[in-house]
Amino acid sequence: MSLLLESLFNGAAIGSVLLIAALGLAIVFGLMGVINLAHGELMMLGAYTTYVVQSFFKLPLLEPLFGAYIFVAVAVAFLVGGLVGLLLERSVIRRLYGRPLETLLATWGVSLILQQFVRTVPLAWSTGLWLAAMVGLVGPLVMNRLWGPGQRPWLLRLGNWVVAVAVGVATAGWIRGAMPKLARASARNVDVTAPRWLRGGLDLGDWTLPIPRLMIIGLTILAVLAVYWFLNRSLWGLRIRAVTQNRAMSDCLGIPTQTVDALTFAVGSGLAGVAGVAVSLLGSVGPNVGGDYIVGCFMVVVLGGVGNLWGAVVASAGIGVLTDVIGAGRLLEIWPQMPAWLQQGVEFFATTSMARVLIFALIVLVLQVRPAGLFPQRGRMAEV
Amino acid sequence: MAFDDTVAVGILHSLSGTMAISESTLSEVEKMAIEEINAAGGVTVDGKTYEITWIEEDGASDWPTFAEKAKKLIDQDQVPVVFGGWTSASRKAMLPVFESKDHFLYYPIQYEGQECSRNIFYTGATPNQQAEPAVEFMFKESPVAGKPFFLVGSDYVFPRTSNTITKAQLESLGGEVVGEDYLPLGNTEVAPIIAKIKNALPDGGAIINTLNGDQNVAFFKQMQSAGLTPENGYYVMSFSIAEVEIDTIGPEYLADHFAAWNFFQAIDTPASQKFTESFKAKYGEDRVTNDPMESAYNMVYLWKAGVEKANSFDDNLVREALIGVTFDAPQGPIEVMPNHHISQTVRIGQVTPDGQFEILSTSDGPIDPQAWNQFEPSSKGYACDWSDPDKGEKYLL
Repeated sequence: MSLLLESLFNGAAIGSVLLIAALGLAIVFGLMGVINLAHGELMMLGAYTTYVVQSFFKLPLLEPLFGAYIFVAVAVAFLVGGLVGLLLERSVIRRLYGRPLETLLATWGVSLILQQFVRTVPLAWSTGLWLAAMVGLVGPLVMNRLWGPGQRPWLLRLGNWVVAVAVGVATAGWIRGAMPKLARASARNVDVTAPRWLRGGLDLGDWTLPIPRLMIIGLTILAVLAVYWFLNRSLWGLRIRAVTQNRAMSDCLGIPTQTVDALTFAVGSGLAGVAGVAVSLLGSVGPNVGGDYIVGCFMVVVLGGVGNLWGAVVASAGIGVLTDVIGAGRLLEIWPQMPAWLQQGVEFFATTSMARVLIFALIVLVLQVRPAGLFPQRGRMAEV
Repeated sequence: MAFDDTVAVGILHSLSGTMAISESTLSEVEKMAIEEINAAGGVTVDGKTYEITWIEEDGASDWPTFAEKAKKLIDQDQVPVVFGGWTSASRKAMLPVFESKDHFLYYPIQYEGQECSRNIFYTGATPNQQAEPAVEFMFKESPVAGKPFFLVGSDYVFPRTSNTITKAQLESLGGEVVGEDYLPLGNTEVAPIIAKIKNALPDGGAIINTLNGDQNVAFFKQMQSAGLTPENGYYVMSFSIAEVEIDTIGPEYLADHFAAWNFFQAIDTPASQKFTESFKAKYGEDRVTNDPMESAYNMVYLWKAGVEKANSFDDNLVREALIGVTFDAPQGPIEVMPNHHISQTVRIGQVTPDGQFEILSTSDGPIDPQAWNQFEPSSKGYACDWSDPDKGEKYLL
């Protein structure tokens, strides 16, 4: 019994990492049909955000709150991923809708650019740049609220951007002085230290639950619920679903489809940023971290059925449990008296490398039987 | 300083791509060594002094590129010697080039052994100068002495060869290996491996770790959160974690685990301190030095000594003269052996909370290198000796 529980927990732990990484892609690729090869790099930006936020919380002023930095990091990473996603959609993706091959090449190019960006631009300047862009984009919204449409909109805008650039430069300059580690660009991986309470394990008798894993499972559940609520209960979610089902008709009915596209992509990218925080708790943070996860993300989305949130949940849970059962050789413990020939087979696959091979083979088999994934989209969408 | 002439040597490391982070540090120390030699009067051959200059090429973390650039350095630039490489794959790609042109490569990294080329000079540790003393330490002297072993590594040639040797060694010592697993390169999901370690070592034990770069970060972070910590009796001995890696993984996760090297920055001798201080003065106060860098530094000095002893830049003369050359290296005295490897001191270090090593044990003087491993059945009883034309690459002892 405890064996079964342990295996289930490990499966959930592995699956939740896959799911939180794939959730953004399930929106971007699943709903919009954009093959975004830069998804892993958006996660990488989220992971670097964790590092920068952590550095802020090591300053004397914020030091007492160090234990809580991870929650701030989640929120900021969502905004970083979302902003980069927004710029990406406005500048590249929207010119390529309906052209999957060009999208594939363009987003791959973007992924290389982002990797090189973090290698060559000091984090202090990246932070300043992000802050300037945030102020510049959010400023007009706030000003319109406050004063209504102004007399000289271009002057206000210009003023706003001047302020934004000044804020960005000042922040970057201050960070260079206050946090010397962020002042120089480096291709080296950086070390993200989880707060003390997030580092150990929770002892339940002879069984230890790793706390980072629990945190990621919790974060994943929250993210899935939030996405579900956003898509099915909010006004913009309704619009997104309408545009996915019939773009021309939605346009006729007055839904701003371009804004919907930008928003959808930004939300998907923001989720990638949050996933970046999660993986920084488990592994390393470096320019290449995205590449470790991108294949898994596409695997989950394709296996689950493109355009289906629950498909992604089931697929990631399935892959997670199978990885643990095969890779850790659980069958041998569950059924010790198995025949010798079977035992040899199980032992052969009970290494991480071979478990991966077997899981890929199983996915290929499933896709042979169900080419559109476990939960294919039905209805009008499927016909287009 | 007035020199009579100049001589250009070749430097061939990855300056771009995945390996650039590690390999560029070798290029930096090699240049530092060259500048030091020049400042001290350069190389003297036949009464003439030569200033050393260098021609640098980028291997770009791509093994065929290494072979191509090696050809270019030999044929076009006609350098007398090439300092280069890091991964075994890059060395294996360059080996046929150097053998067919009968040229000379100096290779600075600790590696799996089982190779002894006439045209390569290896200044890194062989398994009997790193892995074997490390395993023996874990089995006999560490806090988990006598407990079972678990072997974990990345899935490629070095970890698999190294672990084959470790298993044979533990068998002869009477130790027990209760499991081994390999993580495919580029995969950081270590949860199944951690579950296996927990099952195989319920009461703690020794873990021999040959994981690569990034994968170490995932491994140590998750070992700690699963409760497999030194306090609970799980000690990891790593073969590829040096000062530079501690900095990127974070000392919180590594404290009290072990590593084995020939050189640690913490070595408290004037030669070691001078090496680290010169490096910091040249490349920045926050930089650290480590074993591969020390080894790259040594090989430039050994080449200089070989050339001056041979009184010629000719490879064949230098090859003969090099054997028996000694150098007072940052790690202590080293000597070139007839099998083109060097005798070096072996040290075991324990990671301290501030990200350095505390040296726990030091071998009694330098240990002779074995190119052909004596625990591995296929090479047992063989040795290599280039000083005797009848013996050569592989002969029965």
